[in-house]
Amino acid sequence: MELWFTEKHTENVNFSIKVDRQVYSGQSEFQRIDIFDSLEFGRFLTLDGYMMLTEKDEFIYHEMIVHVPMSVLPNVKKVLVIGGGDGGAVRELVRYPEIEQIDLVEIDQQVIEACKKYLRQTAGKLDDPRVTIHYADGLKFVRSKKDEYDLIIVDSTDPFGPGEGLFTKEFYGNCYKALTDTGAMVNQHESPFYPVDAVAMQRAHKRIIDSFPISRVYQAHIPTYPSGHWLFGFASKKYHPVEDFNAAGWKVRGMKTKYYNDKIHVGAFALPNYVKELLEEME
Amino acid sequence: MTTLSQERAPVLEALNRYKSMRVVPFDVPGHKRGKGNRELTDFLGEKCLTVDVNSMKPLDNLCHPVSVIKDAEALAAEAFGAKHAFFMVNGTTSAVQSMVMCACKRGEKIIMPRNVHRSAINALILSGAVPVYVNPGVNHELGISLGMALADVEQAILENPDAKAVLVNNPTYYGVCSNLKAITELAHKHKMLVLVDEAHGTHFYFGDGLPASAMSVGADMAAVSMHKSGGSLTQSSLLLVNGLDEGYVRQIINLTQTTSGSYLLISSLDISRRNLALRGRAIFEKVAQMAEYARTEINQIGGYYAYSRELINGDSVYDFDRTKLSVLTLDIGLAGIEVYDLLRDEYDIQIEFGDIGNILAYISIGDRILDLERLVSALSEIKRRYAKDRAGMLSQEYIRPQVVLGPQEAFYAESESTPLQESLGRICGEFVMCYPPGIPILAPGEKVTDRVLEYIQYAKEKGCFLTGTQDSLVNRIQTVKE
Repeated sequence: MELWFTEKHTENVNFSIKVDRQVYSGQSEFQRIDIFDSLEFGRFLTLDGYMMLTEKDEFIYHEMIVHVPMSVLPNVKKVLVIGGGDGGAVRELVRYPEIEQIDLVEIDQQVIEACKKYLRQTAGKLDDPRVTIHYADGLKFVRSKKDEYDLIIVDSTDPFGPGEGLFTKEFYGNCYKALTDTGAMVNQHESPFYPVDAVAMQRAHKRIIDSFPISRVYQAHIPTYPSGHWLFGFASKKYHPVEDFNAAGWKVRGMKTKYYNDKIHVGAFALPNYVKELLEEME
Repeated sequence: MTTLSQERAPVLEALNRYKSMRVVPFDVPGHKRGKGNRELTDFLGEKCLTVDVNSMKPLDNLCHPVSVIKDAEALAAEAFGAKHAFFMVNGTTSAVQSMVMCACKRGEKIIMPRNVHRSAINALILSGAVPVYVNPGVNHELGISLGMALADVEQAILENPDAKAVLVNNPTYYGVCSNLKAITELAHKHKMLVLVDEAHGTHFYFGDGLPASAMSVGADMAAVSMHKSGGSLTQSSLLLVNGLDEGYVRQIINLTQTTSGSYLLISSLDISRRNLALRGRAIFEKVAQMAEYARTEINQIGGYYAYSRELINGDSVYDFDRTKLSVLTLDIGLAGIEVYDLLRDEYDIQIEFGDIGNILAYISIGDRILDLERLVSALSEIKRRYAKDRAGMLSQEYIRPQVVLGPQEAFYAESESTPLQESLGRICGEFVMCYPPGIPILAPGEKVTDRVLEYIQYAKEKGCFLTGTQDSLVNRIQTVKE
């Protein structure tokens, strides 16, 4: 028997992982949720057939979306995570003792329940006493917040389906309003490589630069995402992600990481020319 | 012949039968089921083109229905509680015009509010009927025209006992309803017909807790835009009739309606009627809940006022359509049209219209809560980023028309192109209106006054889309030669 999971990365490119067995399948109000076991990537989660994370490579994404802003912003006490029902971003955040409160806003309760049960590797810290889970639309949740969060992490799905509201100008503007004067927002910024993803990436960039005075993009290599070349956005009111990077502070913490380090932090903001051009077109 | 029920869709069934017969077409349309126009077929889809067909025996004929269209119209009549329903394919405009032309001949009077859609006044130009305008009530805070007060209608009837009909908006674009039942009883007592423009009222026939529909209160005719809240294709509409002779109404419709009725439009009416009859109540309950939710959220932002049934005053706002999402924007220092433009240009959100003081977002069968969150959040952002002081904002006022000539007389009179500023005091020979909503600021035969000119100037400055004049820029208007 051969059982394969296949995701179309474009109309003409398939990405397949050999599946050992299906662990979970459910249809929520918002999307179809599946969890599989594989030999190569361990357990993995898909939503509507799109790869969200695998046990093998999720560390790259979650370390880069958390440690980059945490090494720039000096005094983070209150964090908002939008999306991220798998718990990976929260797992990295709870490693910082100075963080007092983490609000996780996930629209789909069923994702969190499935992850808590079947994906302990990422969801294991969702029970931390500093974490409050809100089952709500991120766009709606952030609308009523003002001057409240030091860091907002937008850990969304792609800009179609339930995540589409998290790629809009009104959302980024609402996040700006919800941040303190020194706050910053980090977001999953899609890929620059395949044209369809690149257009979404450009649109997101355009909307973020319209809302924030400082806006930079950084990259990481994530094998199971389309093209493997993935971007993150760093949008900030005051602190620059490279100029205000506190490398010494990071080293003092002695935190053990598998991907992120002080050299990667600076290097990740160095982008290939074709990516720079795509971004500059929007600026 | 099997019995008809609301589960049936006779035109849809006939088209499916026809498709399965694989008839070789040597008739129009010339694209021959799409094969002759590949680009169009690729764009619209083969399924669509295969049913873009001509009238023929198995598919009946819209101008003179005897089989499947007749059955489909009978089902529509039953669903809407009318004696007869006509499928209309030239828009609700043609339904409104047919109503007026059925009721009034040349020189006969018709009582109507001035805040009617241009299609009603167009009908007066075509038929030569003469309007007796009832000034609608006005809400000064919102700057919107309301319904007609019953006493005002009564006065118009007593002063014009020879009038043939009363035309009523049910509801207005903003969702305001007059006391249609009392107006209908009053008009009937004076032997006048009651014609109802229900361009924005299709759902009244299928909802609980919604305003009364024209047919339910015994009105004589109603023009119903199925393509608005009913979900059918753009330009398809219904003309409902209670009591008038079906054959005569059909003759009037056929004066102006196409003889090549589109089966895309006709089948969309049939399918949408079935959907409304079977599921309409649940659908419009959901729509009303979504509108209510959006209203609550918008009112929490502050600075905006999303209004609803609290406007009801027993007379000029006898009822209010709670599926409408109308919002006053003046308190954030922005005209409705400015908010409308910002939503589209900055946030990729297209709403129905913006006028001087309000915006209207159309909530329907096809909306999702997720999209409403975007609208509410964008309004919140617009307030944060663009709000100004309210000073200098013109509130939209109802401008009482000074009618000098009948619309037909003025439209066909010898006229000359006049610069806007020099037109003061002259008689207008054409329409001037913002579109949408398409309610004339000036209609043919009305005097150009200071207030009208000021209003046109302000609407232009704020970016309203002005139409109706021969001059596409509306810098000049046609005035009747003196």
